[in-house]
Amino acid sequence: MNKPKLVVIGNGMVGQRFLEELVSREHGYDITVFCEESRPAYDRVQLSSYFSGSTAEDLSLVQDGFFAEHGIKLMLNDEAVAIDREAHQVISHSGQRVDYDRLVLATGSYPFVPPIPGNDRPGCHVYRTIDDLDAIQASARVSQVGVVIGGGLLGLEAAKALKDLGLETHVIEFAPQLMAVQLDTVGGNVLRRKIDTLGVRVHTGKATQRIEEGRNQLHRLVFADGELEADLILFSAGIRPRDQLARDCGLAVGERGGVVIDNYCTTSDPMISAIGEVALWDGRIYGLVAPGYDMARQLATVLCDEVCNGFCGADMSTKLKLLGVEVGSIGDAHARTEGALTCQFEDSISGVYKRLVISPDGQKLLGAVLVGDTSDYGSLLQYSLNDMTLPSSPMSLILPAGDGKPALGVDALPDTAQICSCNNVSKGGLCAAISQGCNTMAALKADTRASATCGGCAALVKQVLDAELKRQGVAVNNHLCEHFPYSRQEMYHLVRVNNIRSFDELLERFGQGHGCDICKPASASILASCWNDYVLDERHVGLQDTNDNFLANLQKDGSYSVVPRVPGGEITPEKLIVIGEVAQRYDLYTKITGGQRIDLFGARVEQLPLIWRDLINAGFESGHAYGKSLRTVKSCVGSTWCRYGVQDSVAMAILVEERYRGLRSPHKLKMAVSGCTRECAEAQSKDVGVIATEKGWNLYLCGNGGMKPRHAELFASDLDDDTLIRYIDRFLMFYIRTADRLQRTSVWRDNLEGGLAYLQDVIINDSLGLAAELEVQMQAVIDTYECEWKRTVEDPQALRRFRSFINDDSADEAIVYVRERGQKRPARAEEKLITLESAS
Amino acid sequence: MIMAVESQTSVFADWHDICGSEDITLGTGMAARLFGRQLAIFHTKEGYFALGNCDPFSGANVLARGIVGDLAGKLVVASPVYKQHFCLRTGICLEDMTVTVPVWRVVLRNGRVLVSEGER
Ligand code: SRM
Ligand SMILES: Cc1cc2nc3c(=O)[nH]c(=O)nc-3n(C[C@H](O)[C@H](O)[C@H](O)COP(=O)(O)OP(=O)(O)OC[C@H]3O[C@@H](n4cnc5c(N)ncnc54)[C@H](O)[C@@H]3O)c2cc1C
Ligand code: SF4
Ligand code: FES
Repeated sequence: MNKPKLVVIGNGMVGQRFLEELVSREHGYDITVFCEESRPAYDRVQLSSYFSGSTAEDLSLVQDGFFAEHGIKLMLNDEAVAIDREAHQVISHSGQRVDYDRLVLATGSYPFVPPIPGNDRPGCHVYRTIDDLDAIQASARVSQVGVVIGGGLLGLEAAKALKDLGLETHVIEFAPQLMAVQLDTVGGNVLRRKIDTLGVRVHTGKATQRIEEGRNQLHRLVFADGELEADLILFSAGIRPRDQLARDCGLAVGERGGVVIDNYCTTSDPMISAIGEVALWDGRIYGLVAPGYDMARQLATVLCDEVCNGFCGADMSTKLKLLGVEVGSIGDAHARTEGALTCQFEDSISGVYKRLVISPDGQKLLGAVLVGDTSDYGSLLQYSLNDMTLPSSPMSLILPAGDGKPALGVDALPDTAQICSCNNVSKGGLCAAISQGCNTMAALKADTRASATCGGCAALVKQVLDAELKRQGVAVNNHLCEHFPYSRQEMYHLVRVNNIRSFDELLERFGQGHGCDICKPASASILASCWNDYVLDERHVGLQDTNDNFLANLQKDGSYSVVPRVPGGEITPEKLIVIGEVAQRYDLYTKITGGQRIDLFGARVEQLPLIWRDLINAGFESGHAYGKSLRTVKSCVGSTWCRYGVQDSVAMAILVEERYRGLRSPHKLKMAVSGCTRECAEAQSKDVGVIATEKGWNLYLCGNGGMKPRHAELFASDLDDDTLIRYIDRFLMFYIRTADRLQRTSVWRDNLEGGLAYLQDVIINDSLGLAAELEVQMQAVIDTYECEWKRTVEDPQALRRFRSFINDDSADEAIVYVRERGQKRPARAEEKLITLESAS
Repeated sequence: MIMAVESQTSVFADWHDICGSEDITLGTGMAARLFGRQLAIFHTKEGYFALGNCDPFSGANVLARGIVGDLAGKLVVASPVYKQHFCLRTGICLEDMTVTVPVWRVVLRNGRVLVSEGER
């Protein structure tokens, strides 16, 4: 059977979405795709994240094996150079001629570079493809000053990228204000002031006349009124549709470019369609991805002969964060509608500006501008998209929270309300998916695609999810607590990326209120994992979980236990004697723990520094039995003594324990090393288990004892010492970076999408390109290790807190002991009464 | 503000000097003794507060060592033993409103933290 031939030119965001829409239907086409770039479609919207660690694979929009699975021929690296409309053929750069019955143009657009003399000097760039970013990154390495020409949405995003690359960054805008398309003058100025304070210099009303050889830097930009020197120049002066192919073969194009299409995406040749940024609909080019996706969907239905309501334009509202400043623009932001009313709120101290554009009768919201705070964006957009009647005082919608602000509440939205415009998902669609079991953001996103593109709707999707789950009686939320609307993983990134050093700073920038016993310890742990500062430092002391707070484990009677580190469980008789002497001196209950070391119980808070001073003098250090950090590395005796041992398990256990001691993590970490497969150290029940082989070491990960035991899985075999350590470094840092609060490695691993194979890929094959970074971060923690107890006994400031009372040197009378089996133990309530009475 | 504090203090006859205002690190608590009783004094961004130091759920004298913060608008300390929260202003336990710990009045005068005798 001969299938009709469909050729698609361009495999960008919209081209790819079109293919997905098509293959999700019964289509019956034989499909060929020309892709000029060296890689199939990727997420251009998230392009900038390429600079902050995302790899090309992360950005990819194409599922592994997509083309093969659907029998689509993909011509990578092959640009279509001509369309022969008579012969119904597409001719490619490599010389292929491919027949078509139907042809789709999805060629997108290209960045416009203004015709300024010198615009082709080396070090001049544009910002559209991954290759562009590679080039920018390479030039940035040898640059000090970067300039972005163009102060629109993309220009500001590019400026952020340059700033993050460490360049002194300038933005040159021809118009008198920034983001002239989306913002009004006041909004533009508020944005400008905010951006100025962030250290990006903004120059508005400046026309670049030429670019020439610089004196101090590579280039000099010459303006009518002055000049500026820079090494790297980035043009972001708008986009132009890539309509050359269409022009060459005589298709109708617009005056200022763009292939003319009707509501069904058909061009002036009925056999040829155009979608995405190359298409001109009703005189407009849409430079956003959502309208392109809508076109892709409409065209797929047309080509499959399904009922199609056609493309009928799109909403251009946007919300984004530019250089850390939130900006939102909805509908008629410039109040161009006849007789439109406006009301605004401005707080120039905190740099917040909000303006509403309202219909002449005061009933409907036509548009809005938000700068500095876009928390109202979601509800305002709903008012505008769904034509909802405004409250009697619309101003109340944009006043700071608290003052009786009417909540839109997702409940108020009709089922038809569009929540995710990128992917055309309605509230009804979300609710249907939720009732079918998608009860996490991740599941909902995977199922409906809502929030999977620009992410602007994520907050609203979350609200619908929460409201719906609440209705169903389930409450789920990955926010750390009421003070931070972020998951632990997000918090970790905020701390790292923004170089945040204290909880106060974190709270001020990303949280609200005072904090609590959830977010404080979690933040303390993240800060410690990142910067490894002394945990009882004035800035951190109030954050620490009970045990870390006094570097000891709190017992039921208010006393503490003391656990010195005994690496690998190996201890000299001399040190054993010291522990015994210290226990005698302070009358401490002594027990061998399940972790091959010795626990001393029953120390009052004021005794802790004295006990530790004695222990430290004898060469002991903190065992971190109190921390969410490495506990013990259990070892068996190994090849040194054991007749079966094949490696020195004790030496390896000591090496590992000393390497990771003090490392703060989302939950405690336990490790073990066995000298042969008999496994006397029970390594397979630990977060990290190492078992000796004839050739080296087998590494097992993510085991757990405790409430819900889980065997560790074999992760890699026969490793040499260096590789073993390298993998453990990467594994631990990856866990620290991505796990939830109080999530052991076992639970984390069970929730990891892609499972063991994914983890192996990340750690062994470095699939995320993170390995080097993880190792560096681990090394930083290792290099800054200090025994917290040693530091504490020498720190008068910290010692002030180790007292039972601030105004009295007495001990806590409620800590009472009786003797049993030759040692003390806490008195029971009835025993206490007797003791107290006999004392008085 | 100073005026208000002064007029408030005059209503209570006996104020007892506990410690200097800098003796308790911001965001933490310390236990103190007053006539044989144990108090937990907290230093927060909203000022100083004093509760009884005994955690009613464990019987241990440890509330001063809990983490301070706010929950649903109330300033609280979390017991370090079983993590219940007590309101710093009222002493009421958020998890079980039938349980309360005593509350004392605190003022700051000339850089000293003063507590009034008798529970509030
Ligand atoms: C002292 C010790 C028991 C003993 O007398 O042997 C002990 C004592 C405590 N364990 Fe444990 N665990 C001790 C070995 C273990 C082990 C065995 C091991 O490590 O080989 C396990 C199971 C293995 C595991 O963790 O995978 C274990 C599983 C737990 C759990 C459950 C963890 C889980 O994931 O389910 C908790 C609760 C928690 O951490 O949330 C816990 C919590 C505790 C705490 C910290 C409870 C608390 O908050 O007060 C106990 C206080 C210790 C103290 O005051 O010093 N302890 N605990 C052991 C100390 C080992 C050490 O030298 O550091
Ligand atoms: C940095 C950046 C940030 C952005 N942020 C946002 C945002 O936040 N929100 C938003 O909605 N939009 C954003 N956009 C715009 C969004 O990326 C585009 O709207 C979207 O990519 C358009 O999809 P498209 O398929 O039409 O074009 P493209 O994604 O550009 O794809 C066109 C593809 O066709 C190829 N091609 C062209 N001609 C030929 C030929 N002759 N033969 C073979 N292949 C050809 C091109 O190489 C390209 O790969 C952003 C764009 C950039 C660059
Ligand atoms: S694990 Fe092997 S080497 Fe270690 S003690 Fe047991 S039998 Fe000996
Ligand atoms: S609106 Fe862009 S992802 Fe939903």
